[in-house]
Amino acid sequence: MLHSAQQLLRLQADGEITAVEIAERAIAAIEASQPTHNSFTHVAAESALQAAAAVDARRAAGETLGPLAGVPVAVKDVLCATGMPATCSSNMLRNFVPPYDATVVEKLRAADAVIVGKTNMDEFAMGASTETSFFGVTRNPWDTQRTPGGSSGGAAAAVAAGTVPLSLGTDTGGSIRQPASFCGITGMKPTYGRVSRYGLIAFASSLDQVGPMAWSAADCALLMQTIAGFEPRDSTSLDRPVPDYMQALDSTDLSGVRIGVLRDALDVDGLDPEVRQVVLDSIDVFVGLGATIVDVELPHKEYGVPTYYVIAPSEASSNLSRFDGAHYGHRADPVKVDPELGPLVSMYCQSRSQGFGAEVKRRIMIGTYALSEGYADEYYNKALKVRRLIKGDYDNAFAQADLLLGPVAPTPAFELGDKIDDPVQMYLCDLFTVGANLAGIPAISLPGGFNAGGLPIGIQLQAPVLDEARLLSAAHAFQTVTDFHTKRPAS
Amino acid sequence: MTRLPFTTIIGLEVHVQLKTATKLFCGCSTQFGSPPNTQVCPVCLGLPGALPVMNQNAIDLAVRAGLALNSEIPPLTKWDRKQYFYPDLPKGYQISQFDLPICDGGYVEIDDPANPGSVRRIQLTRAHLEEDAGKSMHDEAAGRSDSRIDLNRCGTPLLEIVSEPDMRSAEEALAYLTKLKELMIHLGVSDCEMQEGSLRVDVNINLHIDKAGEKIATRIVEVKNMNSFRSVAGAIAYEIERQYDEWEQTGQTFKDGKRTFGWDDNKEITYAQREKEESADYRYFPDPDLLPVRIPRERVEEIRASLGETPDEARTRLVSQYGIKQYDSDVIVSQGAAMIVFFETVAGASDARRASAWIQQDVMRESKERQLSIDAFPVSAEKLGELLGKVVAGELTNDRARDVFKHLMDHDESVTQAIKSLGIESVDGSELETLVQELLDANPKIVADVQGGNNKAVGALIGQARKKNPNASPQQVSEIALKLING
Repeated sequence: MLHSAQQLLRLQADGEITAVEIAERAIAAIEASQPTHNSFTHVAAESALQAAAAVDARRAAGETLGPLAGVPVAVKDVLCATGMPATCSSNMLRNFVPPYDATVVEKLRAADAVIVGKTNMDEFAMGASTETSFFGVTRNPWDTQRTPGGSSGGAAAAVAAGTVPLSLGTDTGGSIRQPASFCGITGMKPTYGRVSRYGLIAFASSLDQVGPMAWSAADCALLMQTIAGFEPRDSTSLDRPVPDYMQALDSTDLSGVRIGVLRDALDVDGLDPEVRQVVLDSIDVFVGLGATIVDVELPHKEYGVPTYYVIAPSEASSNLSRFDGAHYGHRADPVKVDPELGPLVSMYCQSRSQGFGAEVKRRIMIGTYALSEGYADEYYNKALKVRRLIKGDYDNAFAQADLLLGPVAPTPAFELGDKIDDPVQMYLCDLFTVGANLAGIPAISLPGGFNAGGLPIGIQLQAPVLDEARLLSAAHAFQTVTDFHTKRPAS
Repeated sequence: MTRLPFTTIIGLEVHVQLKTATKLFCGCSTQFGSPPNTQVCPVCLGLPGALPVMNQNAIDLAVRAGLALNSEIPPLTKWDRKQYFYPDLPKGYQISQFDLPICDGGYVEIDDPANPGSVRRIQLTRAHLEEDAGKSMHDEAAGRSDSRIDLNRCGTPLLEIVSEPDMRSAEEALAYLTKLKELMIHLGVSDCEMQEGSLRVDVNINLHIDKAGEKIATRIVEVKNMNSFRSVAGAIAYEIERQYDEWEQTGQTFKDGKRTFGWDDNKEITYAQREKEESADYRYFPDPDLLPVRIPRERVEEIRASLGETPDEARTRLVSQYGIKQYDSDVIVSQGAAMIVFFETVAGASDARRASAWIQQDVMRESKERQLSIDAFPVSAEKLGELLGKVVAGELTNDRARDVFKHLMDHDESVTQAIKSLGIESVDGSELETLVQELLDANPKIVADVQGGNNKAVGALIGQARKKNPNASPQQVSEIALKLING
């Protein structure tokens, strides 16, 4: 396909291509890539072609079309869309077809986007490699022996492979930014509350956020414009006007913008030297664009991962209670009744044992422990206090800088199987990304370079609450003078 | 064997269903009695991805209740999740309030049953909001067990009012419940329809036994989920006996832990539901899907200003202002604020005693039979007032008025139209005089009795007169007869 969303809009407007032709090509590309990449859990060929045909018919009738008319979009399988399963890549929900659309999906439909399918992910968004999916691993299009990252690995790989120009991911601790970095694309986690969570199957409610994934910051801005905004069905949604993100791309002059660099973050153990170098090189690019560089510190950043790995599993243990086999989803059948437990509890135990994979069970156990009587003060409540300290760190940093620049992940894409048996190593993938989720601030990952082996390496920009426009603007400016984001994997 | 002296210690947890049109966190109806699973949406079903949104009306009603219960309304309250697995709890947790309830403290004053004329103050711990769960129906007929779940009730708003263990007898517990129920109905906070489960009671009870000057506390039992005052009284009476016997036999005290019991309405006994070693850990934590709730002082004061008089104040006022009996005042006030207004309207157009009698007999009987609230009663207070006004003026007899009332129950007519429809006419005086004269001529004994000083003897004429003319009023007949005899 090898076109950006904005190119596709132009080509349709010029009559060079129809929405149906675009959809047909996207579906063909997805089907061709499935055997190797396995980026999708569901391909919605029929409904996509219908939606595309409707767009063409309305265009022919001279009707005004939505801002994403005829543009194929892939949706992470943690989001509800009628007519398609919403599995969270779990055996628990393998047959669950929700009777309603997530707000972001409603908005996509209203913008006349063509939803082509649901993308693979770590089970219930828990993981950093898309290896915990019930439907098998997703492979990185740059090197199929490597992971695309996670948990939005399918969403990132689908864009990187050129099957779709846009996808929706979700980010709880870095799940948009780290796979974007591993797959050489651009992905943004918006401010908590900027995008509705209604219809997003919750992992950790206070951290989850839906965000755009695309080839470029400009395409991310286009998608963000569609999905952002207040939503009365989500109490945590922010009732603030949505700025014009496309207009924010107009200026590529960063004069007067102060970019804070986390110097000591660049000296952290385990940070790959090539990743470090990419960040240092990007500083020069930003200076070239007129930005001023200042050194900043986040004194409590080393507590980010432990804090995250108390809060996220605690909320997950609660959010996943509803998957008990009683109303929908997987139910053990037949139930072997344990006389000590009785029929009902036996049914719960076996349904949940069979329905959830190892990583999900691990986190449910951690969360249950952290919230239990006698331990809540030691773990959960203490984590909430540290979370406030981390938030305070960011407030201080943003008093000195407009944006923060640093790495996304400690390494480029690692090999499949490398960390799957070592949860702690896997959790350290989130080292640089969890802070934004704990503080609720927006952050973007954009391609910053390649390592000697030709693997993409991303850089991360973070901004104060609700300053997505500045993030997109700075990322777009960077992309006007660099070409890392235009490189595609050899197919 | 004689028993040692002991004190009964009782605390109550009362769940009151708030009178909101929609549920606590979604727009589904709270209507009672609809077919199973017809009042549900993704939010109250707890479907993946659905999110709760708070119903402001429930907050206002809870504040209204709290103010009437003399509670503090803290400026900030929040929602917490209480986790447990049950098939009628779709999310695997209940959204409730843990450490920052909407109402803090408070008290209810009752007449001391053991000491008439004096007042006992029952302290409240708190009152918090929570969502209700669904209903499980177990059918074990024909050798196969079958369970059905109705989730219509899921998400219905409840206010749980928790008292301190301040009650000492079943009588006190009932006086407290009566007071609470009356207050909630009066304020329009809840219907308190116990048979529909909109008022449910958990009783916490144990005994403090006085053994040679030492106080021994028996194990606390919580008897859950009773929906009649009779059950509450029965459970308390049963537990007093059971706990004393158990202590004698086992020596167990409150240190052996609290237990959860149920009440069997047919056998009139309590029974153990859950053992203490399984004591639940609900793992409360703040619900991340709902923001903390700020309740502005101004809003609290607005609600306070809208409370009006309390039932106690209304009771006293009706007696002094209208001269009705204390008992009659109690009955009217116990029916809620709307009934007080109804009474005052009827009384204003007729007289208070007649209004009170008609409301207690005719209005309450009909509303009960037809299951109508006073707001939906077909005969408005204005119509009833007009009707009784005619009785007071002697234009209608009580019996004829009752005929008109019954007619109005089923026909949307004015009082005048109804009187016409029933063919009731006021009787012309001269016509009646002719009739009475005829009767006197036929009954010389009555004339003689009256002349001998027994005026009551004319009473015998009334029945005969009305047989000939049903519209003749007894009063008129007597007056005319006496006039004709005595000249």
